[in-house]
Amino acid sequence: MSETGQQTGTAVGQAHHGGLNYLNHDRTLKSWLLTRDHKRIGILYGLTLTVAFFVAGFLALLVRTELIAPGQTIVGPDAYNQLFSMHGIMMVFLFLVPSIPAILGNFVLPMQLGAKDVAFPRLNLASYYVYLFGGVFVVTALLVGRVDTGWTFYTPYSSNPGNDAVIFMTTAVFIAGFASIFTGINFIVTIHKMRAPGLTWNRLPLFVWAIYAVSIVQVLATPVLGITMALLFLERTLQIGIFDPALGGDPILFQHFFWFYSHPAVYIMILPAFGIISDLVATFSRQRIYGYRAIALSSVAIAMLGFLVWGHHMFVSGQSAISSIIFSLITYLIGIPTAIKIFNWIATMYKGSIWLQTPMLYVLNFLFMFTIGGFTGIMVGVLAVDVHLHDTYYVVGHFHYVMMGGTVMALLGGLHYWWPKITGKLYNELWGKIAAVTVFIGFNMTFFSQLVLGSKGMPRRYWDYLPEYQPLHVVSTIGSYILGASLVIVLVYMVVSAIRGKRASANPWGAVTLEWTNTTSPPDPHNFVRMPIVTRGPYDFHLVRGLFDGNGHGDGERVPEAHVRPSPSTKETE
Amino acid sequence: MATETGTVALDTHHAPHHPPHLQHHFISSEQQFEASKLGMWLFLITEILLFSGMFVAYAVYRIWHPEVYQIASTALNPWLGGLNTLVLLASSLTVALSIHFIQKDDQRKMVIGLILTVLLAATFMVIKYFEYTSKFEHGVFPGGAFNPHGAEYEVLNVPYAAQFFSIYFVMTGIHGVHVLVGMVLLGWLASRGIRGHFSSAYYTPVELTGLYWHLVDIIWIFLFPLLYLI
Repeated sequence: MSETGQQTGTAVGQAHHGGLNYLNHDRTLKSWLLTRDHKRIGILYGLTLTVAFFVAGFLALLVRTELIAPGQTIVGPDAYNQLFSMHGIMMVFLFLVPSIPAILGNFVLPMQLGAKDVAFPRLNLASYYVYLFGGVFVVTALLVGRVDTGWTFYTPYSSNPGNDAVIFMTTAVFIAGFASIFTGINFIVTIHKMRAPGLTWNRLPLFVWAIYAVSIVQVLATPVLGITMALLFLERTLQIGIFDPALGGDPILFQHFFWFYSHPAVYIMILPAFGIISDLVATFSRQRIYGYRAIALSSVAIAMLGFLVWGHHMFVSGQSAISSIIFSLITYLIGIPTAIKIFNWIATMYKGSIWLQTPMLYVLNFLFMFTIGGFTGIMVGVLAVDVHLHDTYYVVGHFHYVMMGGTVMALLGGLHYWWPKITGKLYNELWGKIAAVTVFIGFNMTFFSQLVLGSKGMPRRYWDYLPEYQPLHVVSTIGSYILGASLVIVLVYMVVSAIRGKRASANPWGAVTLEWTNTTSPPDPHNFVRMPIVTRGPYDFHLVRGLFDGNGHGDGERVPEAHVRPSPSTKETE
Repeated sequence: MATETGTVALDTHHAPHHPPHLQHHFISSEQQFEASKLGMWLFLITEILLFSGMFVAYAVYRIWHPEVYQIASTALNPWLGGLNTLVLLASSLTVALSIHFIQKDDQRKMVIGLILTVLLAATFMVIKYFEYTSKFEHGVFPGGAFNPHGAEYEVLNVPYAAQFFSIYFVMTGIHGVHVLVGMVLLGWLASRGIRGHFSSAYYTPVELTGLYWHLVDIIWIFLFPLLYLI
């Protein structure tokens, strides 16, 4: 062990700065609101996105409550249409798209690279306020009028004068898109130019690879959404006739434009989740990742292929059969890199020493639910099957399995994993595990029943339904209550732990990426006291002495030095 | 961290050599310059994709109604458009020269280059203004207000001609906004240049704005033939 290695644990850097960290070195409100520190910006995003998530989630519970019985239960059909539209718009544009990159990407990525900050800290702060400004427009749209187009804003619904607040909503999406572009540019440049000495591309943590892939998608896809929203705005204000058939335009062109962004946007939402899962599965299996390059490059492959499949949302729109066949085939292709990842994660767990802490439970949740999401995705990519399943609850179930069962599970896993680093406190492991299990139960009750409903023909976005569908709707609604309650539990114990949780050591999980090995918990305002030099891969547990001598309780306490074997290999350690 | 990472002796909080333009999180001016330049290129890619949506709309509807688009494009004045093309090309030259001169530490010539670029950009906008108003006078508006009248414009009373002009006004309008943004940036650089902010050691904003200005130029190079000539 080198002499710097001796300082691992709580002591790194504290001698240098007398216990000052990024949270307490300046406590004024101004220092938070005008911060250029990537860690603080990550937290600002985190707080804001939590609000967006719970508001949008509450709307979902209202939707589910309305659907517990046929006919009117709590709201009329008009209010119902606005509820599910707002749920979708807020979840997609204000929560899922920014979620992992803006919160955990901002917090973790520069540290994993051994950098002091992202390449453009001012742009980073700007992206937060641009996002917030977009959020203001969404709230304005809610207050001034009605939007019942669903989150997709299809013309001619959205160019119909009845939807008088669509202008605000398109403005909001246009503005929020810039926040996404800023973040993407920032991360790509940071990854290219800010890596610590010795941190080659093949030594990047897989979270970094995933964020790299997603940033490319953000930069290439988001401007197209921007111009689509601008054209929709002009269509409504000036009747420019791009999307209006009466003026020579084509409403289907809107669908093409919209999905040219929004299908890649699905990968904007899920790719960062893959990155988190890769980091977590290696750390909690105490095993080098299986197929590092395959996982890294499959992210890039998904990012690229993701641009070529948008037409599979439009099989029943009247696009040509040839287009549909090609889009369907490319859609199947996406299954390959995705399956490569799943297999590699499972191979990583094989013969590893799996440590079932809360983050790992979310990994297992992810593997189970995302795989269902992926398979149902292949199903709806099959031309003939899609004609039956299109616009049914099967599709609703499918994308919730991907978006919530995939992205949100990974986000929760990642939040638990990096929580000690973010707050310097340990969350309550027992409550964490309970919530992870009830999330699993609630989620599957809510959405598996929807897969069944959809295959039986229940159309999506309907306010009323035939009595035969009721039992499954009741299961789904009860499941959504369990899911909602579990997430509130997560929120409560996380907040409690941030206030009075147990102090966390620098590396409670025995992870071996730079943010754990070379910074304190919480980190120094400048991340590293001394610039790290990297001499090994991100999951080379066997090359790291002094990390496997924890006592196994995850409390940062160590087994005394004498008990550490001289050269522990991965298998011998536990 | 144990064995896997050493540390460099350099204490990152107190870097020894630290020129005023170098932000604290970069190690060297080169790293900062390279990072800024890569960021700008990425931004330019987003700009191209922003315009690509409009180019696609143009292509689709031109294929649907080629004869209408051919008639409608004759209503645009190719001489004014051509003159504007020359003006923008000249402005690209002047902005490139200003970068060339600051690399040679000639601040005065850089400022002259920037001011010339702003003036050429203003010329472009003035010509564009006369083009727009001559269309508006004859009722050639974008979208629903399209109502062409006057001898030269009677031919436009055909279906879908309005759509051509919607696309014309939206594309050239958004391009014009980019020209205005460029003028503000170039003017700001000129004023900083007068105050001696740039040298051959630090001219990143000039370089980046130059890149942006070339993109604005290139987009016009595509707009001109598509809208005026074919």
